[in-house]
Amino acid sequence: MITVTVRFFAGHRDIVGRASAQYTLAVGTTLGQLWEQLVAEYPRLAGYTGRLLFAVNQQFGQPTTVLADGDEVAFIPPVSGGC
Amino acid sequence: MVEPFVITTEPLDPAPLVAAVQTPDDGAVVTFSGVVRNHFGGRPTAFLVYEAYTEMAVPVLRQIADEARARWPIGRVGVHHRIGRLEIGETAVLVVVAAPHRDAAFAAAAYIMDRIKEIAPIWKQEYWADGTAEWRE
Repeated sequence: MITVTVRFFAGHRDIVGRASAQYTLAVGTTLGQLWEQLVAEYPRLAGYTGRLLFAVNQQFGQPTTVLADGDEVAFIPPVSGGC
Repeated sequence: MVEPFVITTEPLDPAPLVAAVQTPDDGAVVTFSGVVRNHFGGRPTAFLVYEAYTEMAVPVLRQIADEARARWPIGRVGVHHRIGRLEIGETAVLVVVAAPHRDAAFAAAAYIMDRIKEIAPIWKQEYWADGTAEWRE
């Protein structure tokens, strides 16, 4: 098993109710699979599927990116910087 | 010493950033200020709250500047983005691009701002004049 930290921002944090959480996952789990697990846990996240950017350790990733022990994961809701 | 890529809760001042970006090679310095306005989609806004994934946003801003540098002959770039509560009229983002010639500086500044709105992990929560709030997404 591996343990990863998931950071939640903006609308995601409002839905989840906290800024970060640790998840223990099977070896080989991908970013996309972890997102599906989160949607199952928090169904209101489902509306973000297909509108996300994925990040691992502060770098952009893909749904197919395989996670490693100690990774920091972020599912980035649609961004709205600037004015 | 002004860092070129910054996420800060402090008010933004273009003058020190311009001074840090401009070199004797540059004939053009473009400064874009993104400012909080009092309406969105015809609805009155009271104030905005910005949030960032700062540890990732700073390297993403640097990456966006590198993308611009690969497309246009420009010199130094600076991007400062403010987070926290901002009132109407306050500056949320500064993009400063220096270049030998103005065409490249204008084009690069517009590109950098567009890319910030596409990929920089920064979010804005609109607090409406009627007291409700929502994330812009």
